[in-house]
Amino acid sequence: MTKGNGGMPQEKIGVYVCHCGTNISAMVDVEDVAQWAADKLKHRGVVIARDYKFMCSSLGQELIEKDIKELGLTRVVVAACSPHLHEKTFRTACENAGLNPYLCELVSIREQVSWVHTDKVAATAKSKAVLSGGVERVLWHEPLEAMSVPIHPATLVVGGGIAGIQASLEIADAGHPVYLVERDPSIGGHMAQFDKTFPTLDCSACILTPKMVDAGVHPNITLMTWAEVENVDGYIGNFDVTVRQKARKVITDLCTGCGICVEKCPKKVLDDIYEAGLGYRKAVYTPFPQAVPNYPVMDLDNCIYFDTGKCKACEKFCPTEAIDFTQEDEIVEFEVGNIILATGYDLFDARKMSNYGYGRLKNVFSSLEFERMCNASGPTEGNIVLRDGVTTPKTVGIIHCVGSRDKNFNEYCSSICCMQSLKFAHVVDERTGAQVYNFYIDIRTPGKEYDEFYNRIVEEGTHFVRGKVAEVTNAARQPDEREKLIIQVEDTLIGKQRRIPVDMVILSAGLEPRHDAKDVAKLFGISCSADGWYIEKHPKLDPIATMTDGVYIAGCVQGPKDIPASVVQGAAAAARVLGKIQQGEMELEPIRASVIEEQCSGCRICNDLCPYNAILFHEETMVSEINAALCQGCGTCVAACPAGAITGTGFSNEQVLAQIEGLLMDVNI
Amino acid sequence: MSKYLYYPGCSMEGSGKAYHDSLMPVCEKIGLELQEIDDWNCCGATEYLGINKLPAYALIGRNLALAEAQANGAKDIVAPCSACYLNLTKTDSYMAKKDGVDELINDALAAGGLSYEPGQLSIFHLLDVIVHEVGLDTVKKNVVRPLTGLRVAPYVGCMAPRYDYAKRWSDSEHPLELDLLIEALGAEVVDYPLKTHCCGGHMPQISPDTAYELIHRLVDYAEEVKTDIMVAICPMCQMNIDAYQNETNQHLGTNHKMPIVFFTQLMGLAFGIDEKTLGFGTELISAKDALAEIGSEKTVVKKKRPRKDKNALPMPQPLISKAPTREKEISR
Repeated sequence: MTKGNGGMPQEKIGVYVCHCGTNISAMVDVEDVAQWAADKLKHRGVVIARDYKFMCSSLGQELIEKDIKELGLTRVVVAACSPHLHEKTFRTACENAGLNPYLCELVSIREQVSWVHTDKVAATAKSKAVLSGGVERVLWHEPLEAMSVPIHPATLVVGGGIAGIQASLEIADAGHPVYLVERDPSIGGHMAQFDKTFPTLDCSACILTPKMVDAGVHPNITLMTWAEVENVDGYIGNFDVTVRQKARKVITDLCTGCGICVEKCPKKVLDDIYEAGLGYRKAVYTPFPQAVPNYPVMDLDNCIYFDTGKCKACEKFCPTEAIDFTQEDEIVEFEVGNIILATGYDLFDARKMSNYGYGRLKNVFSSLEFERMCNASGPTEGNIVLRDGVTTPKTVGIIHCVGSRDKNFNEYCSSICCMQSLKFAHVVDERTGAQVYNFYIDIRTPGKEYDEFYNRIVEEGTHFVRGKVAEVTNAARQPDEREKLIIQVEDTLIGKQRRIPVDMVILSAGLEPRHDAKDVAKLFGISCSADGWYIEKHPKLDPIATMTDGVYIAGCVQGPKDIPASVVQGAAAAARVLGKIQQGEMELEPIRASVIEEQCSGCRICNDLCPYNAILFHEETMVSEINAALCQGCGTCVAACPAGAITGTGFSNEQVLAQIEGLLMDVNI
Repeated sequence: MSKYLYYPGCSMEGSGKAYHDSLMPVCEKIGLELQEIDDWNCCGATEYLGINKLPAYALIGRNLALAEAQANGAKDIVAPCSACYLNLTKTDSYMAKKDGVDELINDALAAGGLSYEPGQLSIFHLLDVIVHEVGLDTVKKNVVRPLTGLRVAPYVGCMAPRYDYAKRWSDSEHPLELDLLIEALGAEVVDYPLKTHCCGGHMPQISPDTAYELIHRLVDYAEEVKTDIMVAICPMCQMNIDAYQNETNQHLGTNHKMPIVFFTQLMGLAFGIDEKTLGFGTELISAKDALAEIGSEKTVVKKKRPRKDKNALPMPQPLISKAPTREKEISR
């Protein structure tokens, strides 16, 4: 599989070995590698081999550009970091000097060599082998041209919590159309359930509802609540979206939002979404007074008419005849250029930690239940009371890290619970004067004015006990424990077991990915971590984009975060989308696979393997075809095709076999 | 008739004789056939694993090896004692990790011409078999004398559901299996949050003060919630609470008198088997007064259903309200 000798035109290859400061040079003798390449790979066409402190710097790039021009290089191999980081840099340098960018090959001697080895002699030898592989491979490279696609100016935002609302408003304000799709009857998300927000303690609804209203009336936003995305086809710039608009059984054009139907509905239903199970709603309902839109929806599982065929109280009393029992789900299709996923989180189900008694001991509450209890429009109108609905607690225990930082459940820190627990401590103190105990592992308050807030709560007299609570029990041992909940905990600061009797326990439950996060990820062709959070393109430098072009993530869907961070991500995702829209069209990498039709047997093995749904099967001709715009060039289908009918530009059989041959070269001769 | 390999463990012949005596006639009623493993040896109880691990595991491994060799189709092994059950599942699960422990144990077993391939047997606690395999419907069908009015504290002990290597139990801290069985017998289950707390284990031998405190806690709370009788699923739990209760009283100046019997004894009673056959009378704290409560006028009076309080806030539903069956494996 060697190329370049025996009659074929001799290529002129330039080799550049990077020190990466000391990242590579501390473990690899880079000068030796360059010298070796100049000597030993000369017969393969290497005409120049250099080493340089930082190849990615402008001076490093200029070296390459100068050599291309002066020595007439036809191929370039850079031995440096992972192609993820700087492939584009060096391709651009080649392009600047008039060489087709795809005639440049980057081999990784940092991530795959210097960072993972401890023996300098062996690491240097391995660098030579990797470099030799790159040289053999680059000989088979062909000049490629990037493909250009137009960007549709509309955007789909999935999830109407604060991150999704922020993203929608930013894009809409810039003058571009947005489809905001929300599963629940109203936008607002978890933030709409809260009473106060830390650390400023301003009213959550007061700062959220203006944004909700803006999103609801914005001329550029098509708001679709009580709706779910069913299908997504296409690729960046050109997605075809199918949304199921669930039947509200309410004609929104006629409904005035007067609320008479809700008032007259005789069926009371436990509201385990918006009221977190602490309160009730009707079978026809708007989840909360400030809901946007303010049209009710009908809950068919609980509606008496759908169960028994009798009732229709809502219809009888509706003054505008807006109730329509015959209304069906509607399928809506539209095109967008970009997608932002902001589908949020689920609260950890605290019943799984049965030693804390949630679901068994009545005065143990979850954090969301407590949020609803604090809320003036909640089931207790903001009164902090025990489960009997009347008694004010005199002592309250708040347990941190429930389901978080726990190998049995979630190992990660849910990041918001410390501040939330401090907020709860303040609210309990302010409204009841009760003694409050916070049981924490570590207090984590990194954020603007967060630690100041912590100090404020300490000064207010809240007790802090450092230790993971072992058990919440109703089994009293002492007379003063009777009728109380006893918190058994090792106080690690005094090194003693303590039993602290309290009237009420609040479990600061952690945040988890949505229960259907994996299905949704599949629908949009992106990937989840093992925990289920969506994976960003780069954890530090690109936390908004995903590995699928045109699909962005914002808010808790990427990982637990508080309101300010969610807003930042929503706005950042919008900025990225606006950038794409501004471009009008974008270039796609030409590294992709294609099917040689004559060789395709129509076995369809490749169809299901493609992680980007890029392969289409033509029933009439019985061959598969790869959509060049969707293909990401991963090579899965190329390897899988039993007939060898699929080739990939950039990873042809010739290229891969030549690279292997190069890798196997005896570098010590 | 479902057939199981039976690993009785040492207690069934001594301190737990009432357990054995009641189990045999109960098995006959519910169609449970037990084939005792021939030439079984001590499981090492709680102590040996703390002293010398390899011989301890080898001792347990020997029982597994014998069971596997004698299995003859039946691949399920049942232990009535929680310590035996835990040791068997623990060893099987450690061996299955294939990180060298399996080889060490098999090397030791080879000296006796034995070997064991982990994962070959399914290991059950007796209660698990009766609730999940035989099923509560079969139990209910055999009840001829419901234990109406008897207030029973379901004392599971710590070793059966913890650590749940085989993922067999509804919950590790508050398992429901024993509650459901007692309900099926017609008795009243008291809310007993200490159900998986420690009975003291071998503490009566090495640190009696600790044991007295633990026994006191269990019994004191049972009395607090007006328990007539406690029920155990482990010979060690039963023995500690029964045999050391008087010493606990002397030591702490208390006056506890809480009978504790095996769940199979209550099953037998509800199935109409006579008390003597079931080993009643061998307990040190007599169950006689408690058994007199069954069906008595004063206790049969239906509890008034608490009136629904219109102010009360709704409670979250419990995650588990019935024990999962084998068809529907516990997913958590």
